[in-house]
Order: sequence, then structure tokens, then C-alpha cells
Amino acid sequence: MIATFRAIVARDLRLALRHGADTLGAVLFFILAGALFPLALGPSPELLRRMAPGVIWVCALLAALLPLDRLFGAELEDGSLDQLLLLGLPPSLVALAKMTAHWLTTGLPLLIAAMPLAVMLGLPFNTLPVLLAGLLPGTLILSLLGGMAAAIVLGARRGGVLLPLLVLPLATPGLIFGAAAVDAVRTGLPFAPDLELLLAFFAGALPLAPLAAGAGLRAAAE
Amino acid sequence: MRVEEISVFRGERLVLDGVSLAMDAGGALLLTGPNGAGKSTLLRVLAGLRKPDSGRILWHGTDAFEDRSMHARHIAYLGHQEALKPGLTLTENLSLFARGRPLAPALEAFELLELRELPARLLSAGQKRRAALARVVLADAALWLLDEPSLGLDARAVERLGEALALHRRTGGMVIATTHVPLPLPNADALALPGAPLEAVIGDAWGAGGWA
Repeated sequence: MIATFRAIVARDLRLALRHGADTLGAVLFFILAGALFPLALGPSPELLRRMAPGVIWVCALLAALLPLDRLFGAELEDGSLDQLLLLGLPPSLVALAKMTAHWLTTGLPLLIAAMPLAVMLGLPFNTLPVLLAGLLPGTLILSLLGGMAAAIVLGARRGGVLLPLLVLPLATPGLIFGAAAVDAVRTGLPFAPDLELLLAFFAGALPLAPLAAGAGLRAAAE
Repeated sequence: MRVEEISVFRGERLVLDGVSLAMDAGGALLLTGPNGAGKSTLLRVLAGLRKPDSGRILWHGTDAFEDRSMHARHIAYLGHQEALKPGLTLTENLSLFARGRPLAPALEAFELLELRELPARLLSAGQKRRAALARVVLADAALWLLDEPSLGLDARAVERLGEALALHRRTGGMVIATTHVPLPLPNADALALPGAPLEAVIGDAWGAGGWA
């Protein structure tokens, strides 16, 4: 069972490597969108520093959405979804494997790209560890929620439009706590409560999102 | 395996109406019928991919829909689509479904060994079909569900398909295939699906019944 799970993740990683441009797209979007803010807001270091946590979190949220409609859509179109469901793995684990692959190909690169973006926006260096500590569960949550939404809208007409409408409201708690943690460090307040709430959100999404996604996959295959 | 009185609605239309069948080890069944008669739907139901609206499937006496993931381990399914990723080589495409078993015999069975390092996008339609058939062999499952397996195959590949089917049945496997053309499947039972009768749509209670 674990071997099959790993094989699905490995297959998706290999696919992501073969289609490198698609994979890099999300990260490049993240950096570009973040770089637009200084241009639009004017060169005021104080303003940028204040806005940086929010900008990084919102850009990460939007960038993580980009590859989602192909996550299961491609599998449904070429008939692979049927074969994945017939592997003998519960559909929720198939979904979790795909979410894991999404995080490895999108969430992890975003996490790394967040560092140069934070420096560019003038975030003080002492806030970087907390930013990353928040983005780690944050990107994981985005992969879980995004995968769940992608599975639910699978097979629906205009699913690509529906997808952000479903993910963005659900992801707002993560956005609030993640950005608040960085703000707390900057102003010298305790940041632990925000990170703990973020981790609690992740702990809730980890079992629930794959279950909902599994049901979505079953429904899409019918 | 026993199938009891399966009925499936597709939208408002009754596609399968009380289909029953029974199969034993080594058995083979050919599903025939006009387009839209529900052959593919029946295969998907048997694979556990689609829930029937009524009726049940018994596998060694237990209901297959109680644990669909368990049921899936008995099933190798070949759909209309080949389910190959164009960017991956044949080996990479199939290795997920090998579950640790060696790939070579299955590739050999359909003469794909020389093509195994080619990306799937370079394969012809017939070669892709052969690759999908190799995946069926790889699954090492008791029941093969084949949706028009000979589609796009040349005469030689059909011959290889016949050998693979014969070997599978000799070792106690079962085959259910839909087809419009003769398949190399000797001594197979046949089940003709008559297509959805119009009366059934308007609710003719007397029209219901098993065709098996």
C-alpha cells in the first residue's frame, strides 16, 4: 500500500520534471506577482516592509492555485483516473498522493522562492525564520485544500472558475494566522499562538481534505 | 463471481435493466449489442468504478461494493482510453501498475520490449493499445474487463492478444470483453445487450427482466 502510494508520488514528480515549464510556472508567477507590488506602490521601504508578509502570503496562495485544475483534470481526460482508482488503494489515499506531489512540485519551490522575495520587499532578517515556519504548514494546507477542491469540481463544466471560488475562502484562516505571525515578530509580540493555530488548521485538513477528495474522485469516475 | 439483477440509469435513461450473469474460473463472456446498449457501462459497474442503481455483484459470496478498493485488486480494466502519459516512457508509464512485478513478460507478450524506452507520445495508436493491454496482463488480476480490446490492433497483435487471453484462462482467470468484431476467444459465452428499450423509459413494468 505504501509502495503504491510512493509510486504515484514518484510518477507525478517524474511527470513534473518532464514538463518543467509547467512546474516552474507557478514559482515564476509567485516571484513576478510579488515584484509588481514595489512597482505599483512606489519605493517606500517602510510601506513595503509593512505589507511584505501579506503580499507574500497572498501571492503564494494564488500561485498554488495555478497547477490545480490539471492535478486531476489531466488524469480524468486520458483515462488514468480509472486506472488509479483500480490500483487497490482507497481513493482518499490516491488523492493524498496527488496532493503530496502537488506540494513537492509547487509548495516546496514556493517556500524556497519566498526567501528572496522577502528580502526584496525589505523584511528584516529576524522575521525570515517565522515566515518560513508559517509558510511550511501554509503551503501544505494549500495543497490539501486545493487538491480537495480540484477533486470536487472534477468533471464539472467551468471547473477552473469554480476552483478558486472554493479554495480561497477556505484558505483565509491560514492567510490570517500566517501573515499575523510575521507581523508579531516585527512588532515584538509573541508569534507562537499564530503558528500554533496554523498547525491546528493543518492537523484538521490532513485527514479531512483527502477524505472529501476521495469522494470527489469516485463521483467523477462514475 | 455472480452478478444479480443490475440496473443502471444514465440521466433519465435506463441503460441496463436487470442484467444477471455468473462466471467461474477460466470462463469468458463476450458482450455484444448496438452502440449505447450499455456494454461499457456494465464493464465499469463490474470494475466497481460505477455504482449500479440496483442489483449487486457478489465475489466469492461477498458484495463487491462493500469494499471497492479490495474488489479493485481482482480487476484489470481496459477502457476506451489508453491512459498513457505522453511525456513518460513505456516503462515509466507501466511501472506504477507493476507493483513490484517484472515488466518484461507483459511487454514481451505484446512485442513491446524494443519500444520500452520510447516516450508514449511517439507511439502509434495500435502500439498504445498494446501498451494498455500489457498493463492488463501486469495487473495479475483474476478478472479482465476489456472494452473493445482489439480496437486498432493489426492481425499479428490480435494473435498475441488471443495467446494472452488463452494463457489467462488456462491459469484460472476470467475474461469479460465487449466487441463489435470477432475476438480470438474460443468457447466464450455471449451476452447480447439489446439496447435500452423505449418502453422501459416510459416505465413498462412488464418489459423488465433478465436477459442472461
